[in-house]
Amino acid sequence: MDMASNTRMMSNSSAASEDEGLTLSPPDPRALAIEARGLVKSFDGTRAVDGVDISVPEGAIYGILGPNGAGKTTTLRMLLGIIDPDEGIRRVFGHDRPHDIGRLIGYLPEERGLYPAMKSIEAIAFMGALRGLSLAEGRRRGLELLERHDLAYAADRQIRQLSKGMAQTVQLLGTLVHRPRLVVLDEPFSGLDAINQGKLERMIRSLAEEGVTVIFSTHVIHHAERLCEGVAIIAGGKVPYAGSVEAARDRIPAQVRLETRARDGDWTAALPEDTRREGDFFYFPLPEDGVEPLLRQLIEGEAGILSLSIERAGLHDAFVSIAGEAAARQLEADAAGGQA
Amino acid sequence: MNAQHTNDAHRADLDAKPRLTRLEAAWVIARRDFVAVLFSRAFLFFLIGPLFPVLVGGLAGSIGSQVSKETTVIEVGLAMSAEDNAAMIAARDQLAPKLRGAIPALRAVEEAAGNADFDARAFMEARKGNFAAIVTGTVDKPELIGTEGQVRRWQGPIELIAASTAADAPLVFPQSTRQTVASSAASERKNRIRTAQAAQMVMFLLTMLLAGMVLSNLAEEKGNKIIEILAAAIPMDAVFMGKLFAMLGVSFVGIFVWGMLGWGFWAIAEDAIITVTNTDFRNLPGPAVGWPLFIALGIAYFSMAYLLLGSLFLTIGAMADTVREVQTLSMPVTMLQLMVFFLAAATLTDAGSGLEMVAVIFPLSSPFALLARAALEETLWIHAAALAWQAMWVALLVKGGSMLFRKRVMKSGGAGREKKKRRWGLGSRGGRGGRGPEAREPQLEPAE
Repeated sequence: MDMASNTRMMSNSSAASEDEGLTLSPPDPRALAIEARGLVKSFDGTRAVDGVDISVPEGAIYGILGPNGAGKTTTLRMLLGIIDPDEGIRRVFGHDRPHDIGRLIGYLPEERGLYPAMKSIEAIAFMGALRGLSLAEGRRRGLELLERHDLAYAADRQIRQLSKGMAQTVQLLGTLVHRPRLVVLDEPFSGLDAINQGKLERMIRSLAEEGVTVIFSTHVIHHAERLCEGVAIIAGGKVPYAGSVEAARDRIPAQVRLETRARDGDWTAALPEDTRREGDFFYFPLPEDGVEPLLRQLIEGEAGILSLSIERAGLHDAFVSIAGEAAARQLEADAAGGQA
Repeated sequence: MNAQHTNDAHRADLDAKPRLTRLEAAWVIARRDFVAVLFSRAFLFFLIGPLFPVLVGGLAGSIGSQVSKETTVIEVGLAMSAEDNAAMIAARDQLAPKLRGAIPALRAVEEAAGNADFDARAFMEARKGNFAAIVTGTVDKPELIGTEGQVRRWQGPIELIAASTAADAPLVFPQSTRQTVASSAASERKNRIRTAQAAQMVMFLLTMLLAGMVLSNLAEEKGNKIIEILAAAIPMDAVFMGKLFAMLGVSFVGIFVWGMLGWGFWAIAEDAIITVTNTDFRNLPGPAVGWPLFIALGIAYFSMAYLLLGSLFLTIGAMADTVREVQTLSMPVTMLQLMVFFLAAATLTDAGSGLEMVAVIFPLSSPFALLARAALEETLWIHAAALAWQAMWVALLVKGGSMLFRKRVMKSGGAGREKKKRRWGLGSRGGRGGRGPEAREPQLEPAE
């Protein structure tokens, strides 16, 4: 999608809001919640982010996938207006300055932070107040959210009295209390146990079902693969791929796995040239004309087909193909480190 | 259906108010900080803090005064004949009400009574008794024995007392009548200078006591990583402004409490305070603009001095990575405050001079210099201009500080932490909540 078409799409929806006293129209699935073009950010002469382009449609779950130090947090901070890019443009719901629509955004930073002496309910209400809710309304909604997450009993407990997991949940609820239209989560799964990771995944899906755009950074491929419609793969401050997860996987041809009774025979000549054999299995890329002609020749050659499966490439394979082996190894190391 | 309902609710919420204004955002921060500080246990210590120097000062003063009384009694010994001793003491008692502290107390030296061989010089050199000097001889020809300084000091008074003993009849002093004027140009100026000095000193003490608190004000947010949530939600200058006004509010609470205590103490022990301080607070010299306006200007200038210094300190403190760094910065910051105060104080009597104009224009010293002007001159327009000038600098400092903070501090992600951990020798898996230096003291990460 080119810049012009993006701009046209925005002009139909939220971009128009600037002229109309920031009144926002209902979400348009074709419109962009986030648009970034050529974002560059350097720190002390080092380019942390080097020409990042991202487009996140409204209502999508979008992942920014990359190893630690790839520039994920810096990119998110630029998108949120915490820091300004040295070059490039960023637009959130068509606005150049994200603070102008702070009420529409919820942000959970990677470094969890709450005032330890505050009560849970007050912490949620305070985070809502930062986004424009009155304290009374924040408390009311906060209590509702705590009840929904079975934490109502902790409403009057100070943050310092909560477990780490409970405090993280309270902060997440504070991120959502003002009912944002865009939720940005920086490494949201980091530090959570498997049960809480599952809860968070469900929460992200339910937000998307309500039309909320969710963008999160992660170095764990399977979170991105399970949740995201779109993904930006980031490595070394650059984004070599940004698009749908499906398209990323489709960049690598599907693999055929064949198991035969016969070990050898004339039928092997029918297999593609780049077939490799591993034990009882043959592996080769899915032929362009499909498997039917090949199947015919295998049957005629009495190969004795025991099994044949077509395996689509996973996001991991796509990541290796796009970002390279080194980035993939670092990603795996980060993920292993995060889980241990 | 349910999702649709929720969506509609979202739209209604969002359309109402897409963002907070800067003032509203600052208010959210100020309210949180004000309440958090006011209801903390530390605030009690903050309130009683000024009692410590008062207490220590009182004790030191009392002890010093006692020591002084015991060691510096001004008593001149008499080693004359018994009659002469009695005559000298009688004459002294007669003169004392008129001359007050100008003449010494006299006491007969016991060792000399009936001792013809009494050697006053040897007695003094042997450091016996507690006399400033000893008088021997007769009333017609007294001899003063003592150190060079004491002899020179008491020679005249002793001769006067001795001369008085020779009078045939007790001295009769004519009764003079008195006429006083409320003021003279010279005394009014002198009194107003005293008022200006006192006001500057009070304002300096209050800002020094209170503005320093701002230095570590962002430490909590940085330590608890809340700063990123604040920075994402509202403009950083609103965070700075909110924090400044919260602490200004806390300061006013403190000043109010101390003021009420002082007023209560004054109501109970008015005379005692006047006696002890040797100052009649009921008749303090009035400032040129009058007391009500002077007090109003004092509050305005204190607020400006606080906000100006506070915004500077907040920025400096925000740049610090650790609490230790904040503590280290306290000393140069205090020195800066002192220099600003000295600049304003030194030029107090030179209104209109080049240096005084520097003090008036330089934003940090401006409130002090202008408060002095309010005490000394009746011109009012200059205060309106000065307050506008100072307010503009507050806004500039807050804006500059917040920009610097965004540029210098809010810039790191995971890679920065990893680098720092490696530098601290914690390996790549120091982890959050670990026991490394990060866990010991709040700090932000360096850049990626």
